[in-house]
Amino acid sequence: MARLKFLCDADRCIECNACVTACKNEHEVPWGINRRRVVTLNDGKPGERSVSMACMHCTDAPCAAVCPVNCFYTTADAVVLHSKDLCIGCGYCFYACPFGAPQYPKVGNFGSRGKMDKCTFCSGGPEPDGSKAEYEKYGANRLAEGKLPLCAEMCSTKSLLAGDSDVIAQIYKERVAKRGYGSGAWGWQTAYRENIAT
Amino acid sequence: MLIKRTERQARRGTLSALASHSDNGLDRRSFLRRSGLAAGGLATLGALPLASVRKAKAGPPADAGAAVTIRKSICTHCAVGCTVTAEVSNGVWIGQEPSWDSPINRGSHCAKGASVRELVMGERRLKYPMKLVNGEWTRIKWDQAINEIGDKLNAIREKSGGDSVYWLGSAKMTNEGSYLFRKFGAFWGTNNTDHQARICHSTTVTGVANTWGYGAMTNSFTDIRNSKTQIIMGGNPAEAHPVSLQHLLEGKELNKANVIVIDPRLTRTAAHATEYVRLRPGTDIPVLYGMMWHIIKNGWENKEFIQQRVYGFDDARKEMEKWNPEEVERVSGVPGAQLERVAKMFATEKPSTLIWCMGQTQHTVGTANVRASCMLLLLTGNVGGPGMGANIFRGHDNVQGATDVGLDIVTLPFYYGLIEGAWRHWSRVWETDYAWLQSRFESKANMETPGIPLTRWFDAAILPKDQVAQKDNVRAMIVQGHASNSITRIPESMKGLKALELLVVADPHPTTWASLAVSAGRKENMYLLPVATQFECKGSRVASNRALQWGEQVVKPIFESKDDLEIMYLLATKLGFADKMFKNIKVENNLPVAEDILREMNRGSFSTGYCGQSPERLKSHMAHQADFDMLTQRATTGPNQGDYYGLPWPCWGTPEVKHPGTPLLYNTNLAVMDGGGCFRPRFGVEREEKRPDGTTVKVSLLADGSYSKDSEIKDGYPEFTLAVLKKLGWDKDLTEAEMAVINKINPTTPDAVSWSIDLSGGIQRVALKHNCVPYGNGKARMNAFGLPDPIPVHREPIYSPRVDLVAKYPTLPDAKQFRLPNIGFSVQKAAVDKGIAKSFPIILSSGRLVEYEGGGEETRSNKWLAELQQDMFIEINTSDAADRGIKDGGWVWVTGAENASKAKVKALVTERVGKGVAWMPFHFGGWFQGEDLRAKYPQGTDPYVLGESANTITTYGYDPATGMQEPKVTLCQIAAA
Repeated sequence: MARLKFLCDADRCIECNACVTACKNEHEVPWGINRRRVVTLNDGKPGERSVSMACMHCTDAPCAAVCPVNCFYTTADAVVLHSKDLCIGCGYCFYACPFGAPQYPKVGNFGSRGKMDKCTFCSGGPEPDGSKAEYEKYGANRLAEGKLPLCAEMCSTKSLLAGDSDVIAQIYKERVAKRGYGSGAWGWQTAYRENIAT
Repeated sequence: MLIKRTERQARRGTLSALASHSDNGLDRRSFLRRSGLAAGGLATLGALPLASVRKAKAGPPADAGAAVTIRKSICTHCAVGCTVTAEVSNGVWIGQEPSWDSPINRGSHCAKGASVRELVMGERRLKYPMKLVNGEWTRIKWDQAINEIGDKLNAIREKSGGDSVYWLGSAKMTNEGSYLFRKFGAFWGTNNTDHQARICHSTTVTGVANTWGYGAMTNSFTDIRNSKTQIIMGGNPAEAHPVSLQHLLEGKELNKANVIVIDPRLTRTAAHATEYVRLRPGTDIPVLYGMMWHIIKNGWENKEFIQQRVYGFDDARKEMEKWNPEEVERVSGVPGAQLERVAKMFATEKPSTLIWCMGQTQHTVGTANVRASCMLLLLTGNVGGPGMGANIFRGHDNVQGATDVGLDIVTLPFYYGLIEGAWRHWSRVWETDYAWLQSRFESKANMETPGIPLTRWFDAAILPKDQVAQKDNVRAMIVQGHASNSITRIPESMKGLKALELLVVADPHPTTWASLAVSAGRKENMYLLPVATQFECKGSRVASNRALQWGEQVVKPIFESKDDLEIMYLLATKLGFADKMFKNIKVENNLPVAEDILREMNRGSFSTGYCGQSPERLKSHMAHQADFDMLTQRATTGPNQGDYYGLPWPCWGTPEVKHPGTPLLYNTNLAVMDGGGCFRPRFGVEREEKRPDGTTVKVSLLADGSYSKDSEIKDGYPEFTLAVLKKLGWDKDLTEAEMAVINKINPTTPDAVSWSIDLSGGIQRVALKHNCVPYGNGKARMNAFGLPDPIPVHREPIYSPRVDLVAKYPTLPDAKQFRLPNIGFSVQKAAVDKGIAKSFPIILSSGRLVEYEGGGEETRSNKWLAELQQDMFIEINTSDAADRGIKDGGWVWVTGAENASKAKVKALVTERVGKGVAWMPFHFGGWFQGEDLRAKYPQGTDPYVLGESANTITTYGYDPATGMQEPKVTLCQIAAA
């Protein structure tokens, strides 16, 4: 099976937020829940760079390690998903996540936050693929239709890549080799304990 | 605080506050239910607001067994021309898919394009016609609205004449809509018809057309991949045209290209540049001349190109030589060494392109700015080939098209102007009696006089009658798709909003016309008509690169909205000229057929080469997008093989001629039937020039030894007329039928019939047969005689912080332009005399954010976009903020130089702007001078996000050649609130 990953080429990202609204559109994510966002460093200064961030679907995901009800699972494609039926909204995963990915529909302590929500790599949840029940809890399941996450598919500058680890790493390597610069695969060391040698 | 940039994580507080007064409760609640919370936490639901039920709620996924169809349309948020691929099931738009086959966007979108589906969900749309009754918004029926509006229009016309009704159309309409709107103006009997191009690229159209023939982007977004040097001066495409960055950045990477951003702000685009040049706002001409100074000094100019294809270099050279590095730095702040480096790259690492947008155009010197840019391109021979050219990024999805189809105050469709010949041409195309058309106007002279620019509608409404050069003041505004808050001097416009006898706003949203009019004290005689978005209509749109794309109707108009075309038909019927106006246009259930309108345009648009783009060809291009090569834009296979995508105009001859379109203007390396061309001799064939000794000499304006590939005339030549064909012996190539049409057009002197008015298309066909360009082969003009400044001259902004420079570089004297006085000189002088720059020491500029567009009411009503930018703000430099005790994220009052204007906004303290410069986005509205106007909108139609408009603070200043406003440079003061 493929090992699916995200890769954001920070030298291409222009913070246009297409990834953010594509995600909202595809899954009808409500106001206040942000499965994906763009973070800008050195804002307004020389060297300003932006990175699009969401759940990175980590190897040995720390969210899964701390979950008291064991609601996380990793698919055969290495996508980290969770069950909203099991989630108790404790918020531990939010503290464990190095990327700030878990989102909650309500502000509050412990159980009153509501069911955690996060990026599913456009691949739904435990319910049958493409079912209404799956859509209502987790959003669309593009992977099951043979499509990749919409955020990356719609990226304005092809900065955000999603897909098989080897394939996207190769695209990035070739890009860096051709243009002669690259600030590395952002977040890969943390998420996957590896980087792309360029 | 929730302004752009780094602080998005802190969003929570604001959103929960917003949810309480919006009907977002619906989504939040349904999401909680979906999330499984309802089962376990019913107790908490009681605290949530009750949601209204939305009709036809059938979101994704499609119901089991229901068919899902794909419809393709065009994104409505900028002029890159991204294809939108919509999945539709049971009449509901259930999803967007990437448009991989589009040779323009290749699947990509920006935040706006990726969220257009929200527009037809319509929670904050205007849902039915409304009327202001004693200050209250009241629901009415369509027929009542049309009847009352029609009666009032007739009464105003009776009393004050046709010119007292101002028809403000839109770049959001399709070509067919914009064309029909202009035609409507002609049949009503006024030239007061305008649209967003006035405040967008009117100065480009005038300046560039006056240089080399047509006022449009010469190349295309994808062609920028071929450039070795890109200068982006006065544009921030990373936010305004994000998908274009795909091509700019890939070009940068593949060619190791120089990307130079020249801008007062270190923009998101500048963050990806190889060099950033900061200039003082309003000093583009000195910087451009500064580059030319280095180019001439070092002999980097393209001498052969200038000799063959440029007129007036010696005159221009005198001005270029004035701008030595010391003076350039004194005026603009740009160091000479940096400018020399940039000039060298542009002149020697070719091909080079110059990209611009509102940063150059929105000035009192806008026309001169773009002229200077053209001169830099001409000087270095960077026009007419791949990777070169003036890549002028247009703003609205169809602002190029709406301009081409003449939704304008100075011309009939397709740049024919307003002269008698133009009216006679269109009366032939429309098969309408010329005398009847003339009878609709006050007089023949009135019919041939340019109208009032939209920037000054309120001046035309409130100035003393004797200062408005028409029968009466503007008494009624019909606004179909244009913001009010994108026009400068809002405090003055409030007086106009109150004074009007009738105000009609036809739009998907009530817009700030509604909230500001009520705020101004208006209580009656105002109507809001719900118009469908372009996703609910079909028709052609023109992207910035002059390519036409046919958009399908994705879903039927929602609620009681109507298509633009239908509204025009209903009103024309009420006013009694529908039979004449729709003589050759089929109307089905009150909806004029878009295809028929395009065919009528095809028949009359030989001047601009819109004659070959039949609806059938355009639809075929959309259906076979995958056949087109992204880099060349040419179909390599399939039914459109050989065509350029979207048949970018000029697409010569009738559709049967099968001209492939012109991807790059003025490219002599290709034969004209392959998309080649040359500069257009539009200003005569020769000109009498005075020599120093007092004698005169006639100088040719035709090209000298340069011609497009395979041309049978190996030199410059004038535009084609029957007389020219006869002289060449080519008139024998005309068929009898063509000759009959020509003879009918001008029975007395058929020889005078030209390529642009020959409705048979025969003259064009014959010229093309001999590989000649129908419009002739001339020189581009560095000296654009006829313009206010034939050779661009630096002029300080009306409100200049550099009072020491105003005496040397004053604005032009006061004059009467476009029926109104332009008192810029007096205002500039008064500002200096009163010491305005002392009390208002900070330069204020304005611009775009990626999430919003234009006046922003539509995009601020889109919940997926509104969430990303919840507060109006002002960017202020770190040291200016420190001097004033202003904290990042804190409230500030911005005060302006006119009308004691003020605006309460949040401060974004940043080094993005230089010291002494502040910047505001222009998309906000719904607040006025500290007051929240949410209650002034009809209930449930207020945008999610409201804020102060930048144009509350902007001030006087108009380009003498076009009436362009000055939102890019004014003065302000900022204080902590």
